[in-house]
This record gives sequence, structure tokens and C-alpha cells, in this order.
Amino acid sequence: MNNLVILPIIIPIIAGMIMVIFRENLILQRFLSVFSTIAISVATLLLIIQISSKGIQTLYLGGWEAPFGVSMVADMFSAILILVTSIVSLCCLLFAFNSIGRERESYYFYPLFLFLITGVNGSFLTGDIFNLFVFFEVMLVASYVLISLGSTRTQLRESIKYILINIISSFLFLVAIAFLYAMTGTLNFAHLSLRVAEVGQEGLMTTVALLFLIVFSLKAGLFLFFWLPGSYSAPPTAISAIFAALLTKVGIYAIMRVFTLVFYHRPEVTHLFIGILAAVTMLLGAIGAVAFWDIKRILTYNVIVGVGFILAGVASFTTEGMTGSLYYLIHDMIIKALIFLLGGTIVHLTGTSKLKEISGLIRLHPGLGWMFFIAALSLSGIPPLSGFLGKIFISEGTFKTGYFWLGGIGLITSLMVLYSIMKIFINGFWGHTDLTEEKEKGTTKGLLLPIGILTILTIALGLGTEGIHGYVDIAVEGLMNPSQYIEAVLGSNPAQ
Amino acid sequence: MKEPNDVIIRSVTKVAVVIIFTFAINLFFSGHHYPGGGFIGGLAFASAIILLFLTFDIETVRKNIPVDFKVLAAVGVLIAVLTGVGAILFDAPFLTQTFGYFNLPIFRKTELATAVIFDIGVGLAVIGTSITIIMSIGDDR
Repeated sequence: MNNLVILPIIIPIIAGMIMVIFRENLILQRFLSVFSTIAISVATLLLIIQISSKGIQTLYLGGWEAPFGVSMVADMFSAILILVTSIVSLCCLLFAFNSIGRERESYYFYPLFLFLITGVNGSFLTGDIFNLFVFFEVMLVASYVLISLGSTRTQLRESIKYILINIISSFLFLVAIAFLYAMTGTLNFAHLSLRVAEVGQEGLMTTVALLFLIVFSLKAGLFLFFWLPGSYSAPPTAISAIFAALLTKVGIYAIMRVFTLVFYHRPEVTHLFIGILAAVTMLLGAIGAVAFWDIKRILTYNVIVGVGFILAGVASFTTEGMTGSLYYLIHDMIIKALIFLLGGTIVHLTGTSKLKEISGLIRLHPGLGWMFFIAALSLSGIPPLSGFLGKIFISEGTFKTGYFWLGGIGLITSLMVLYSIMKIFINGFWGHTDLTEEKEKGTTKGLLLPIGILTILTIALGLGTEGIHGYVDIAVEGLMNPSQYIEAVLGSNPAQ
Repeated sequence: MKEPNDVIIRSVTKVAVVIIFTFAINLFFSGHHYPGGGFIGGLAFASAIILLFLTFDIETVRKNIPVDFKVLAAVGVLIAVLTGVGAILFDAPFLTQTFGYFNLPIFRKTELATAVIFDIGVGLAVIGTSITIIMSIGDDR
């Protein structure tokens, strides 16, 4: 029992509810939102220290023990993700202070933002698959409102698509859970893992596994990403940055959790299927990123490439591949938030997202330009920045399993990513300076701070990999050995 | 335009609302040991308020019940979560509930449980949310 485990979920919900009560007091809302993200980070840091010394931490809500009650499980994998989540969301909040606008602020922007974080953290921490569904819904409901908040024309159009596709996938999720419950009689992850191992993962079980894969693919943007470019480019920058950084990652987390803990017996079927989807996703995403001349479109297609790449490591199902996936997942959360904030700042300054109408920004905004350059290099995995190590490990993992095509596509698409992002840099920052300071649509005042924090973070993560190496190793060891998780939740000699 | 003839619905509502409120409170308290509880108690309570909305118009009802239902929902969730947090202060797992028997002046030996406080939170959240939904659908603005 460790009550620290629940804090990342209840801190944002308490703060959010207080904000709903004091709707008019925006100063209080800003202060509380920053305070609660920092509080989550501190709680998670403590949690990480405890996990590294004492193993996986669990909490049975109300004292009802697993597999009967609701259990929360924090292993190193989820704790790291929560820490990154709270840092990224802090940066997006700081960006929102100066860009989101008073109207959205007074229509519950901050509470919704915190409910989104509640859902994300809950999904990372929950120990049973039904609560995963519940926390998915918490996250999605908050995101429905965030995506349509402000009711501009594009936002409403995209939010209808977004809501429809997510309702369908939630429905499928529920159906898949029902099938799984009918066959195994339990919903607790650890207990599921035991039961599936007992009955073996035969045809029907694998079918259910693939149904889960479809559901999570819809959420993660793995192959079924047709809804993603539109809906991620519709809302204002701070919101689309947090979407790009977190929402698809929760789907990826679910795939990684379910396909390492429960359905890991037939990797030649399930994991190969993930691999094929990942390869197609990377290719299509990269083609989209190269083809478009619109900053927001290029960036959203880069989100898709990232998803494919992370899951390529999962598909390899080796220690190297998983290590790479985790490194790249951490990197991707930071860099996607960063690149979206940068792109948003450019659009904010020039008033257009059409690349051909922008040029020569570097003369007026050298800081912004160079940070964009660093982010671009980091995005495509140039050493010594944070994307590099993940790329190495994922490629190594895929080659080791013999999926040379997968690793190859991963490397080719990273070149395409580099081209697509350099296209923004060269067209946007080089060339003749059209704008003068008076003619700009907005200022960078206050926007560069969060961007700076994230840039420093991506450099630090690249140079200081040694520092987090130990923690990532613990996380991957936990993922590759489901028995650790099962023991932590059900005890060393689980009653059947 | 002629005045709508709503004598019947007005008279029935005035009686029915009291009955529904009583039933809702009964549902709420019986939920501790029998079927019922904060959720359906709250729903029944909300249905009575909706009946009031239908009979008299929204403006009149809001004047008589001057509560912001969004705030009510938030307060409800806060109460529910904070009873969970209370367990943390006693170093028990989050959401742990406890109960005891007390000799109260009129009720004699009574069971008092923290779960009831949690349930009050759930009830308020349900009332607040459902009325907010109905009002935002029903409002012309």
C-alpha cells in the first residue's frame, strides 16, 4: 500500500474542481494549475525513488485487494511517463497564459486542462483494463471540450469528426473488454496475465487481442490516423501541443502495456501485425509531412511518424527495442510539445500557417530560429540530442528480430522527417525578411519561456542519458518480465 | 394567444414533487445497506427538479432555487474526493471508509458511516451534472 500512487490522479481533479467553483478568478486558476502540475511532478519524483529502491508500488483503493477491488499500480514505466507528462503540461500551461485568450480562459480552460491530465495520469496508473477505459473516457471528454472550446468554424467541423471516431472506438473498446471478461472472468491486468497464460493464447484470444489493437490504434493514431491531422491542427496552439504530446501517447502506452503484460504469447501474430501497421504508419505519415506546405499539417503528420516509430520498437519485442521505444516515447512527448509550440509561435507571429507566405523570420527572432533548429535536429534523431538514442535502440531491436524492412523504413522515414522539418526552417527563417516588427500579428512575449524550457530539456536528455539510463532499464525489465508486475499486484503466491 | 390550460399539471406537480423528493432522500439513505445510493438518489432528485422546469418555466424555478448547478456538481466531486483523501490522513488506502455506532439523543443507537459523506458528494455531483445538461439543452440561448 502506498498512497503516493493516487496523488497524480487526485491532485489535478481537486484543483480542477476548485477552479470550477471560482470560475471568475483567473489569477487563482493560473496559480492553481501551475501549482498542481508542479505538485504532481514532486509526488512522481518521490514515487520514482521509491520504485527504484522497493520495486513496483501498488494501492488497493479502499483496501479491497486485487483482483477484486480497484487497484492502482505504479511501475517505473508509468511513473516516468507521468513525470514527463507533468513537465510537458507545465510548459503548455505557461504557453497558454500568454496565448490562449481571456474568453477561453473564463470558459473553463484550466479545469478542463487538468481533467485531461487526470485522465492521462489515471490511464498510466490504473491496474485494471476497465478502469483504463474509464480514464480514457475522462481524458476524451476533456479533450472533446478543449477541441471545440472557442467554437471557430474549423474547430466545430473537426470536433464532430473527432467525437464520432472516438465514440466508435470507445464502443469497440467496451466490446473487446466484454469478450475478454467472458473468456477469462477477470479484468485486473495481473490476473488477466495469469489467466491468459493458463488457457493459452489460442485463436479466439488472439482475435480479442487484435480487437484491442484496433481500439488502441484508433486512439494512438497507428495506421487508423485519418482523423488526426484535421483535429490536431484545429484548436489553438497550447491545446494542440498538449494533444500531440499526450493523447496519442496514452494509446501507445495501452498497446505497450497490454501487449507486454497480457497478450505476449504469440508475438509472431500480434507483434508482427503491430510491426506492419507501424511500417505503413511511418511511410504514410512521412509522405504527408513531406507533401504539405502548411506548417500545422507538416507537424501533425510528424506526430503520426513518431507513433509508428515508437511501435516499431514494441513490434520487435526485444529488450533493445523496448528500451528504444521508452527512450523515444519520452523524447517524443517533449519534442512534439516543443515543435508544436514553435510552429504555433510562428503562426502567431505571421498570422498564417502557409509556408510559402513566410520568410526571413530569423532576422527579427534569432532565439526562436535557433531553438527551432535544435528542435528540428532533435526531432529527426541527430546526436547528441534526445531522439538519437531511441532511434539507435529501436533500429537495433528490429534488426535483431529480423524485421529488417521495419528498421529500414524507420531510418528512411527519419530522413523524410528531417527534410519536412528543415523545409519549415529554410522557408520560414531564411530568405528575405518580409515582416517588420510593426507588421507582426503578435509578440513572442512570454511564449519563449516554455519553449526554452523544453529545448533545454531535449538537449539535457540527449547529453545526460547516463542519468536516466538506470531508471529506463528498470522500466524495460519490468515490461519484459510480466511476473514482476503480477507479483507486485497479487503477491508472490497468487491465489487463483 | 390564449392562456395555456395547465391547471392539472400544476396541481399534480405540486404534490408529486414533494413525493419524489421524499422518495429520492429515502433512496439515498437506503443505499447504505440496500439498493439505492447517491447516484440514483441524485437522479430521482434531479427528475423532480426537471418536472418543476416543465411545469413552471426555467426562470421561475431558478429564482426559487438560486443555486449554480455547475458549482454544485464541482462541490459534490470535491466532497467525494476529499473523503477519500481523509483516509490518506489516517494512513489507510485512499477511499477507505469507516463506520461506528453512536448513541445519539433522539435516534438512540445509530450507525454513522463516512461512506454517507462520500455518497452525499456523489449525489450532489449527479444532481448538478444532470440539471446542467438539461438546462443547456433546454435553454434557448
